[in-house]
Amino acid sequence: MEHIKELLYKMADDLLVIGHRNSEWTGLGPILEEDIAFSSMAQDKIGHSQALFQILHQLGEPEPDTNAFMREAKQFHNAQFLELQNDDYDFSTIRHFLFDHADQLRFDNLANSSYEPLAKVARKIKGELKYHVFHADIWLNKLGNGNEESHARMQTALNNAWNYALGMFEKGDYEEQLIADTIFEGEQSLQNRWLAVITPIIEKANLKIPAEKDWEPVLGGRKGYHTENLDQLVNEMSEVFRIEPGVEW
Amino acid sequence: MYGNAYIDPNEKANAMIAGEDPIKLAEFEARIARGEKIEPKDWMPKEYRKQLIRMIEQHGHSEIIGALPEGTWITRAPGFKRKLALMAKVQDEVGHAQLLYSAAETLGKSREDMINDLITGKSKYSNVFNYPAYTWADACIIAWLIDAGAIINQVANAKGSYGPYCRALDRICTEESFHLKYGHDNVVTLATGTPTQRKMVQEALTRWWPPIMHFFGPSDKISSHTEILMRWKVKMASNDDMRQQFLNMYVPKIWDLGLVIPDANLKKNEETGKWDYTEPDWDEFKRVINGGGPCNAERLAVRRMAEEKGRWVRAALLRKDEKYVTPLA
Repeated sequence: MEHIKELLYKMADDLLVIGHRNSEWTGLGPILEEDIAFSSMAQDKIGHSQALFQILHQLGEPEPDTNAFMREAKQFHNAQFLELQNDDYDFSTIRHFLFDHADQLRFDNLANSSYEPLAKVARKIKGELKYHVFHADIWLNKLGNGNEESHARMQTALNNAWNYALGMFEKGDYEEQLIADTIFEGEQSLQNRWLAVITPIIEKANLKIPAEKDWEPVLGGRKGYHTENLDQLVNEMSEVFRIEPGVEW
Repeated sequence: MYGNAYIDPNEKANAMIAGEDPIKLAEFEARIARGEKIEPKDWMPKEYRKQLIRMIEQHGHSEIIGALPEGTWITRAPGFKRKLALMAKVQDEVGHAQLLYSAAETLGKSREDMINDLITGKSKYSNVFNYPAYTWADACIIAWLIDAGAIINQVANAKGSYGPYCRALDRICTEESFHLKYGHDNVVTLATGTPTQRKMVQEALTRWWPPIMHFFGPSDKISSHTEILMRWKVKMASNDDMRQQFLNMYVPKIWDLGLVIPDANLKKNEETGKWDYTEPDWDEFKRVINGGGPCNAERLAVRRMAEEKGRWVRAALLRKDEKYVTPLA
């Protein structure tokens, strides 16, 4: 079962961390409607994460709250891309666009996974992700084609985000087994599909994907190597829970 | 969530209706007396419009500023259940601001102008949000008792005379009643929890009691100005009546949890049927409302920063060929 756990952990952590980051926009968005939108997506992401931690619990791992709130940053398996600070709305929107397309394609594939508990959850989740991607596409287009400043900001954010985004497709130790058991299509296949989907949308937004010769995926997140941003995030997230772990809050 | 709009008691009553057409004014007042709602395109006295804009705007501001002290606890909420619930709650509050700004816009002031007046300090918001939420327990006390106070105020105002505001309040009150349950559940969990949790919640209650008592505002000065606002159904209940209603509903619930309210004089007076309490420090209230509270500067600075940081996004959305449309509230 180690191969399934590896897959579940990286997904659950991606979703927990990006959900946490999305929630940081609450009260601070550029317009009220975007506060509300990011908060909705944050709630979905955290909920999806919880569903995956629940499956992990059924596989013998700690119960979801303990698992999510009591580990140290180095025990997290999320891609570094997701732990980076929200920065400005440009970077947040680009990350939202790049991650959510990958997330949607991943859950689309997992909806047909041979591991039924995950397939069942994926079939439910993928319906919600349609709206996340819809939101991301609209904003990429609006800001990419907005005015000179918004266009320049979005291009810069895309350039800065790109190699981190490629790090989402870092392979795990059990990659071949997951593919062989038809549990998951594998990161390479997912990345290819992702590129095919996002490229025309990025072009329509009048933006350019960095030249392929400059692609250098930022790896390590899946194996527990993180930036200091994750330490901060995990400390903050678990601050209250750790006052008295294991009791009801 | 929201307290009462701050109405300057020194404003002259006769100035309120000066220059109004007496026939139209009489018709307007008769409609309100019959229980009809006033709608955006109907005739209304200038002062009615002005007072309502001020009141709805302050209410909207309170919602977005109120999202700040609670919002800081979203990223610290202990466990999935609390994290999800708090996110949904604060999101509701921001949604209330959106509804309220739309209602105020029907009276002719744009959201942008309202937000500008907020960040320049020209327009007020509920005083209670100028106090800090030091611990998770503070956020729980806010969600229970401040929202409880807000419901009392908003249920009263929902019976007012201006249609768009009433309809917005009806929707808001439905959501607030969930917040109240959420807040109560949190406080019960802490109050019946470990000694550390009990200590946290008691300290939070002790800190928040004075702002809670301030929440409905000082006793109304009986003036013809207040009388007109009540006749126009802009102001629906006196501050003291709302405070009494709050005490009646929540003091027994607080005591049931074994928590101590930091007012030795607080008790129900059997003769009058009303609650006796130590008069809140109204000088402190005025000092805070005028900018001297522990968090006034921080709250406005955060809001100003959010406006500044988001300016380029709003600029990118502007289209020359689009026209301003009055929202349907």
